[in-house]
Amino acid sequence: MNLDLTDDQEAIREVFAGFFAAEAGPDQARGAEPLGFDSAAWQRLLETGAPGMGVPEEAGGGGGGLADLAVVAEEAGAHIAPVPIIDHMVTARLLARLGALDDDVLAGTVVAGIALRPAVDAVAMTVPTGAVAGRLVALDGDRLLIVGAAAPGVALANHGCMPLAHRPLDGGTILATGTTALDAHARAVDEWRTLTAAALVGITRTAIDLAVGYVSERHQFGRPIGSFQAVQHGLADLPGLLEGARLLTGKAAWAGDDDDDGVVDLGDNEITEFATLAGMALVFAGEASARATDRSLHFHGGYGFSEEYDIQLFYRRARAWSLVLGDPAGECRRLADRLLDGDRPDGGRAA
Amino acid sequence: MDFSLGPRATRFRSEVKAFLAEHLTSETIARMHESGTFNDRDLNEALALAGLLEGAVPGYGDRDPIELYVLFNELEKAGAPYDGLAVSMLVAGVVNAVGTDFHRTEMLDKLLTGRFNCCLGYSEPDHGSDVASITTRAVRDGDGWVVNGQKMWTTMAHEADWVLLLTRTNPDVPRHHGLTMFVVPMDTPGIEIHPVPTMASERTNATFYDDVRVADEWRLGEVDGGWAVMGVALAFERGVMGGTNPAVPLLRHVRAWAETDGSDGSGRMVDDPLFRERVARTAIVNQVSQLLTLRAAWIAAEGGLPGLEGSMAKVFASEEYQRIVGWFQQMAGAEGLLGFHADGAAADGWIDYDARHAPVTTIYGGTSEINRNNIAERHLGLPRNR
Repeated sequence: MNLDLTDDQEAIREVFAGFFAAEAGPDQARGAEPLGFDSAAWQRLLETGAPGMGVPEEAGGGGGGLADLAVVAEEAGAHIAPVPIIDHMVTARLLARLGALDDDVLAGTVVAGIALRPAVDAVAMTVPTGAVAGRLVALDGDRLLIVGAAAPGVALANHGCMPLAHRPLDGGTILATGTTALDAHARAVDEWRTLTAAALVGITRTAIDLAVGYVSERHQFGRPIGSFQAVQHGLADLPGLLEGARLLTGKAAWAGDDDDDGVVDLGDNEITEFATLAGMALVFAGEASARATDRSLHFHGGYGFSEEYDIQLFYRRARAWSLVLGDPAGECRRLADRLLDGDRPDGGRAA
Repeated sequence: MDFSLGPRATRFRSEVKAFLAEHLTSETIARMHESGTFNDRDLNEALALAGLLEGAVPGYGDRDPIELYVLFNELEKAGAPYDGLAVSMLVAGVVNAVGTDFHRTEMLDKLLTGRFNCCLGYSEPDHGSDVASITTRAVRDGDGWVVNGQKMWTTMAHEADWVLLLTRTNPDVPRHHGLTMFVVPMDTPGIEIHPVPTMASERTNATFYDDVRVADEWRLGEVDGGWAVMGVALAFERGVMGGTNPAVPLLRHVRAWAETDGSDGSGRMVDDPLFRERVARTAIVNQVSQLLTLRAAWIAAEGGLPGLEGSMAKVFASEEYQRIVGWFQQMAGAEGLLGFHADGAAADGWIDYDARHAPVTTIYGGTSEINRNNIAERHLGLPRNR
């Protein structure tokens, strides 16, 4: 057991914390609204190798595992980087798994994205990277398609200034069919859940930092408002949520990097199956980030509601990133199917 | 991050699971709820004979805190009576860490047989969360001390062989600096125990100390150094020694009930979409509670003192447990109100039990508010408000 980052991951964290702070932080995110994509920042991000970081070395990538990518994703979230790095990394890994990765996606010179939900009438609806992805992977029935486009979809105005768009799948090329297609898509969406959870952990972290900074500086009644117990107790549950979300996300990534199937034993609280942990991490990190941004914005008073302050940027993204896959209650019902009907106490990974 | 327990702790966990499968009977669990005493000396002794108890003393022997966590987590998940054992092992850990050879000789070997117990004498009728203000006096008398005062919430006192007793030895200095800790044998003349029944059927006590003469060798730590001993005890207590996975047995009971047909001819609750959502949410809480607890244990294993991490685990787990109990109590309706052995009781009465037990979990072992003060001031670094 080791609940710290590895030395390599600590180095990754430092590099990307520095990169996002300098090149793709809240200022760039504000400047990139309403589309939610800073193409100059994306071009500079390519130099770090992040787009292909999670692609196996034999396919020309960096050979990073989900646990490594989660470190990048947490930093991207902590700085609300206006670049679709999570969707791109997940899609690049999916394409590599199917032997369909090209050099443009590997290097990131073309943005790749994935439709999280199956297409409806051959249109992928409300795709997170729909307005910027030059290559889009989508599930249409039991066919997994890849669609290129000279021009991406028309951006849809939205709560979190994500580059959302609907994307027709006409002219798409078939990557896989049948269970191969369904399994490949499901795996990629579970990776997306895990890395998005990591980004939401990052949002939670910064929301707490912003709150602590503000309530320590802001004086009312002759005292910093952070000395009032009502304010303190409004913030005191957040570190537990942050650490809990980080641990659950880390556990999902750990399970995702392991080849064993893992265990689902509801009655014994023993869960090491990747898909189950990925769904749990997304739900929990989503709600942790929603709560942390809510408390943080509230304790900023009226300033928190104003565009001038950063917390509103984090507040809207916490909701947008966690809800773009769907209603958390629906995600919980999907999890219940795994937990109640897929109980496998004796299978898989040794604890 | 590596979430595998490792071969040694995994083997230890298998041993504990095998032990519980053999020794923890439904009669043991029923006896605990009927008597209100969440302690079973036979079970504790069997644990000792199986070689599992020495790992239960924090900081003692060659077991590491991960195994301490494993033992209490398995006991808690199984619904075993472990509250008394946890307190006894906690005191054993404190004695081992700050006690003298006398304490270790007198207490440790006995405690490790499972036949002996301790209780905690911190709170008083007028001093609970503000424990540094306690007034039970210990006054020098020749080579020893004379103790007078009253303690409250002395759970297990009626079974205990020793009480870890916080006393005031100097009323003339700031309150944290005039406290001294003792372990006092419970058969010392002058100690009286009055039962305090609770709404969760668990028995606690008020204990009275009337001219209780205590030899100086029972003093634990320095004179007026009781607050430091308290710190060691609290760091051991919070988070690691059970108490953070109460919704695991609850979920197991609720699930078994939900998979039977409703009494009024309605379908199975397990097919209800809202029930299924709440099962998943409970499972998520159970995972997060376990991970926060494991983190505290892991920090201890790395040589740290996970006081704040334990506070986070304790607040999260207990607050969420109450929320979860409320969901299932509402969903079970009238049948959820029925208690153990009542005809038609949902989940065999466990929903009623958990709903009666849950309120105390955000109170005992440090209230949510005290833990939040600690987290706000010492983790977030916010200015003190008191």
